Amino acid sequence: MQRSTTDVVVGIFVAIGLLAVVFLALKVGNLAGFDVEGGYRLEARFDNIGGLKARAPVKSAGVVVGRVESIVLDRETYEAKVIVEIFPEHRFTKDTIASILTSGLLGEQYVSLEAGGDSAYLAAGDRISKTQSAMILEKLIGQFLFSKASETTGGSK
Amino acid sequence: MQRLVIDVLGDLGAGATDGLARLGRAFLFFLRVLAASFVVLRRFRLVTAEMASSGVRSVLIICVSGLFVGMVLAVQGYEVLQRFGASESLGVLVALSLVRELGPVVTALLFAGRAGSAIAAEIGLMRATDQISAMEMMAVDPVSRVVGPRFFGAVFSMPLLAAMFSVMGVFGAWLIGVRLIGIDTGAFWSQMQATVDIRHDVLNGVFKSVVFGVATGLIAVFEGFHAAPTARGVSSATTRTVVISSMAVLFLDFVMTAWMFRG
Repeated sequence: MQRSTTDVVVGIFVAIGLLAVVFLALKVGNLAGFDVEGGYRLEARFDNIGGLKARAPVKSAGVVVGRVESIVLDRETYEAKVIVEIFPEHRFTKDTIASILTSGLLGEQYVSLEAGGDSAYLAAGDRISKTQSAMILEKLIGQFLFSKASETTGGSK
Repeated sequence: MQRLVIDVLGDLGAGATDGLARLGRAFLFFLRVLAASFVVLRRFRLVTAEMASSGVRSVLIICVSGLFVGMVLAVQGYEVLQRFGASESLGVLVALSLVRELGPVVTALLFAGRAGSAIAAEIGLMRATDQISAMEMMAVDPVSRVVGPRFFGAVFSMPLLAAMFSVMGVFGAWLIGVRLIGIDTGAFWSQMQATVDIRHDVLNGVFKSVVFGVATGLIAVFEGFHAAPTARGVSSATTRTVVISSMAVLFLDFVMTAWMFRG
């Protein structure tokens, strides 16, 4: 059957449009890096999460191993309960330390997992018991000023 | 005095009921188009022809506009970002603003001006020259023969055009940011890929452009189909198409943005 030029032109148009969508999906966004499919969930409690947000990366040794799923305040202990979803191919030991770090000086905050030497591994739904809260800049400055002040008063006596 | 108050209130009330009635007629018309969609989509050749005239012919204006919007974003974004020493985030800034907002919105505005006005004028002129009445006389349903293909042509074209716009914008920003200003190309792409989320950003942008396609397409065919059968009627239908489409797009964009990105 003879194909009309219109069909061919529209075919090219649709093909370019779909290519553009694929480009946005693969090159601008990152299809592989964001879907935690079949991942398992771990829970961690922090005194202070700083500026951590849901969907922030979870990294181990700088490599992204999961995403922050949700952050809620525990009503009884007033701790922040952070649920993270870990890619299924990664396992972490029972004595893993979870800490909230910042990438760069003004960068986004992420959860860092440091595996320990335990032989048992965390299973889905387990709680990471060892955690380290986010650094709050104001608190650090406060501590620094306080120690400086006590140093100088101590020195003058 | 009392008379004046009653007049003013009366005008206000009449205006409000007219507007509402028009909105209701547009919705009923939308349902008619949807009801005809089975017939329309079975004869896909008609939709293809409309995509050729409204979609394909808009590619050039969309691509050129996208390129320049991306380049402007890069220049302006760099100006602010370099004050914070964060010029590598230029890719993120440009990609997010394009994929989430500017791509769908500017494409819809351009499409309303480029293709929506043409659709309204064409159907309006068909109405004015009694071609639509002639179709009805021959028991050809004008909604499924004339209106439906144009509507679906717009709906299918819009997301593709918006994606092209965004890609050209990112390319323009890459030209300015990486080629001209000298930002590291690796940082430009990797930060963009680390931040732009496929579902939250890209798919939401595509969803927006589909909604804009429905809105501009519907407004164009509605205004054209219900144009007064005079030269003035056709001209005012064309004008109203562009004005109402633009406002509808910006309004719907706000509603959808508030709904999608409030968290």
